[in-house]
Amino acid sequence: MKSMLRTAKAIAAKDLRIELRSRVVTNQVIPFAALVMILFAFALDSDALLERVAPGLVWLATIFSVLFIVARSFALETADGALEALRAAGVDPMGIFLGKTLALATQLIALEAVLVGASVVLYRADVSASGGVLLVTTMVLATVGLASVGTLYGGLAAGAKGRETLLPLLLLPVVAPVLIGATRATESAFGTNGIDVSEGWPWLGLLAVFAVLFSVVGTVAFGPLVDD
Amino acid sequence: MTDVHADLRSGHHDHVVDVRDVVVVLGAFPALAGASLTVDRGEILLLSGPNGAGKTTLLRACAGLVPVERGHARVLGLDVSTERDAVRRHVGLIGHHNGLYSDLSVSENVRFWGSTVGASSAEIDSAMRRMGLDGRLSDLPVARLSAGQRRRTALAALVARRASLWLLDEPHAGLDADGRDELDAVLRAAASAGATIMVASHELERAGSLATRHVRVVAGQVVPVVGGSS
Repeated sequence: MKSMLRTAKAIAAKDLRIELRSRVVTNQVIPFAALVMILFAFALDSDALLERVAPGLVWLATIFSVLFIVARSFALETADGALEALRAAGVDPMGIFLGKTLALATQLIALEAVLVGASVVLYRADVSASGGVLLVTTMVLATVGLASVGTLYGGLAAGAKGRETLLPLLLLPVVAPVLIGATRATESAFGTNGIDVSEGWPWLGLLAVFAVLFSVVGTVAFGPLVDD
Repeated sequence: MTDVHADLRSGHHDHVVDVRDVVVVLGAFPALAGASLTVDRGEILLLSGPNGAGKTTLLRACAGLVPVERGHARVLGLDVSTERDAVRRHVGLIGHHNGLYSDLSVSENVRFWGSTVGASSAEIDSAMRRMGLDGRLSDLPVARLSAGQRRRTALAALVARRASLWLLDEPHAGLDADGRDELDAVLRAAASAGATIMVASHELERAGSLATRHVRVVAGQVVPVVGGSS
C-alpha cells in the first residue's frame, strides 16, 4: 500500500511537472476544445438551439480532448521506453495507474472549467447556486470516470501498432455513459428547457457507478495489460 | 521483502545470476534453447553472438520480462518466474531506450526514478555524483543532452533506485569515443562498488576490454569463449 501510494505520488507529480514545463494541454488541447465550442456555435447559428445543446457540446468537447490528453500522457511514457522501464523496474502498476489517473484528472478539471465558462459566455447558459453544486459534483464524478478509463485504455493502446487511431476506437464507445449522464446532469444544472436542478441528481448515480467501476478495474487490470 | 544484499553478503546466494537449461519461446521461435549461465557479484560479463542468437532474450529473462518455459532462472536468489516483481526491483535493464523523460532535467529524471523506491535526497545526489552528473549538467533538460550524457543519466537512475544487477543491451551504441570512455569508466566503478553487470554487445573490442568475462550466445545457448577470460 505504501509503495503504491509513493509510486502514485511520484508519477502524478512527474506528469504534472512535464505539463507545466511543456504546456501542451494549456497551449494546445484547451484552445482546441474552445475552438470546437466556437465552431459548433458557427454551425448551429441559433441562440435558442445553442442554449438547448450547450451541455452536450461541453461534454463532447471534453471527450474529444480526453483523446489528446491520454495520447499525450502515454506518448511521454513510450518516447524513450519509460513505460517498459517502469514495468522492468518492478514499479507498482497500481501506483502507475493511480498516478497517471490523478494527473489526467487534474488536467481534465482545468479543461472542463474553461469549457463550462465558455458555454456560459458563448451559449448564455445560466447556473444557479444549487445548479452550481450539481455541476461541480457532475464534473468531479465524470472526471474520475474519464480519467480512469482513459488511463486504462491509454495503457492498453500504448504498445499497439496504430495506437493513434486505436485509442479513439476503443475509448469513444466506452465513454458513452459518461456523455449521457454528464450531459443530462449539466442540462439540469443549466436549467436547459426549464429542467429542474433536482432532476439532474439521479444521473450522478450513473456517473458514480462508471467512476467506481473503471477505477477498480483499471487499478487491477493495468499491470497485466501493460505487461502483455 | 527479502534482504538480498544481506543474503549475498552472508553467502546465502552462490551466484547473483543462476540460469540453468532455460528455454524461452517467443511466438513459435525458441529464443533460448537450454541456456545455462552463472554470474557472480562484481563481474562484468560480456555476452556476444550473432543477431537473433538470444542475447537480448537472455537479459530479458534475467529481468523477469519474458516467460521461462522450462529450466530455472534465479536472480539474487529469487526465482524470475514466481518472484518476478521482487526480481525486477533489484534489476536495471537498459536496452535501446534509456527510459528518460525529455522534458525533465537530469536531476528531475534521477529524482523521479529514485522516488519510486523511496530513495533519500542524499542517495540521489550520490548517484548523480557517481555518474558525473552533478553541477552544470544536472539542471539541463534531457532533450538537450548528448547520447552519452543520456546513457549516464539512465545509469544514475539505476543507482538511485538501488538496482544491483545491471543488464545493458548494446550500451555503447550511438556513443562517440568520449562517451564510450565515460561509460566504461562508470561501469568499472559500479562493478568495483558491488554492482553485477551483464553487457550484450557486438562491439567485441570495446566491450571485451571492459568485461571481466566473456561468453557467446549461439542459437539460444551460452557457450564459453575459447581462450577468453572465462
